[in-house]
Amino acid sequence: MSLLKETLDRGGFAVTAEMAPPKGTDFAHLLECAKAIKGRVHGVNVTDFQSAVMRATSLVTCKLLKDEGLEPVLQITGRDRNRIAIQGELLSASVFGIKNVLSLTGDHTVVGDHPQAKPVYDLDCIGILQAATILAGGKDMVGNELKGTPEFYLGASVTPRFDPLDVQIFKMEKKVKAGARFFQTQAVYDLETMRVFREKTKGMDAKVLAGIIPLKSVGMARFMNNNVPGIHVPEDVIARIKAAEDKVKEGIQIAGEFIRQLREENLCDGVHIMAIGAEENVPAILDAAGL
Amino acid sequence: MIISQKKSQEELLDFLKGSQKIAITGCSQCASTCKVGGEEEILELKAWLEEEGKKITGYRVLDPACNLLKTTKDIKKMKEELKDADAILSVACGDGTQTVAKAVKLPVYPGVDTMFIGEIERVGQYEESCRACGECELGWTGSICPITRCAKGLINGPCGGAKDKKCEVNKENDCAWIMIYEKMRELGQLDKLMEVREPKNFQKSNNPRKINLREANKEAVEA
Repeated sequence: MSLLKETLDRGGFAVTAEMAPPKGTDFAHLLECAKAIKGRVHGVNVTDFQSAVMRATSLVTCKLLKDEGLEPVLQITGRDRNRIAIQGELLSASVFGIKNVLSLTGDHTVVGDHPQAKPVYDLDCIGILQAATILAGGKDMVGNELKGTPEFYLGASVTPRFDPLDVQIFKMEKKVKAGARFFQTQAVYDLETMRVFREKTKGMDAKVLAGIIPLKSVGMARFMNNNVPGIHVPEDVIARIKAAEDKVKEGIQIAGEFIRQLREENLCDGVHIMAIGAEENVPAILDAAGL
Repeated sequence: MIISQKKSQEELLDFLKGSQKIAITGCSQCASTCKVGGEEEILELKAWLEEEGKKITGYRVLDPACNLLKTTKDIKKMKEELKDADAILSVACGDGTQTVAKAVKLPVYPGVDTMFIGEIERVGQYEESCRACGECELGWTGSICPITRCAKGLINGPCGGAKDKKCEVNKENDCAWIMIYEKMRELGQLDKLMEVREPKNFQKSNNPRKINLREANKEAVEA
């Protein structure tokens, strides 16, 4: 059984961290960051051509992390692969003993570094969950028998701050129906958003890991507020970063405090830390959060 | 309607660099409505090409260009105009241009880019509304097409990419799924959105597609 599933099933507070494969073949930094959190997290998400930017694949990175003794979460989107490639990728993951899969729609190719590419979207994120569920039942999407059956712990994403929120909630319910058992959310910075979201989703048979992105500067916070859908950094948080001498350290401190508060109020079943290029700071965030 | 857009003058001159005597064909339907292939636009083209030193041997607005039998007949009526022509410049959609090319032995060049099947919002303003996917989904979406209006063609609800109800791909576009949700709420049909949709069958849009009602009718009569 996956460590992530085991942790969440027994009611433990799960911690996952996100890592992006390098653009190139040098994995030294990624593996160094991974080693630093080994034994401290229940899963390491590996992004699938995050932001539609070409890089090494999620699958190969998951395999390398697994070899280092970490538990990978394979992220897979519908943007670059059709249903044939997605099912093949899922089978391949299973061969490597990778069980955790996070299904995503995927940022559109036009926002990435190869905007000329043809976007696929043969399956949406629910289609990917359906495909994985069918494969785990010993067949492929068209009913052919598999030789050897994979096992998955399926997850999906959700944006707790969305207008109108009910649109995210109805899709989340469909993701649960299609097989998602855990959710990792878009980054959150205020407790009220999570309170509302927790209340709205309490009846769902799924665990929720709140998304945490540590702030590094005022500019980063403002950029996300203006450009990243679903992210809202409140002014009082921005003011703290502004006043701090060491902005990165303050960002880590804020993230740690926020995780403690989420946990105290039982507003989520775990956290998902997305350090976005500052993965070396994840242990410090865990320290600040008392995890 | 099929929405087309004029090609650049540079591209047209490049197509026509080996041709001196040119005939122009347009189309009375979509291309006329979207102001690229009616008589007015053909006359503009004619004047400009003459300035560029070309000779225009004749022109005709085909009615419509995409009807093979009719276009073949109309092209025959252009016998005199085509006798000396080196090429035809067609200002109809890609379909109409291919039809013209079937009816003549001359090289036929496109004068427009065919953009999409769209709605005329007002004169000179068009919006893509149908991708001809071969299996219409409008019955459960409040007649707002998720295949066309959602940049990702999602069938189970929105991605997380909308900001202020606008699409992540183009901030000028409304998020189709928020529109669908709001429309279905107004219609009291939100339950239809709760159903998990199976992945779409893209076999229905594998190109080139054909429909032959004559064969179907013949088989029905024989049966």
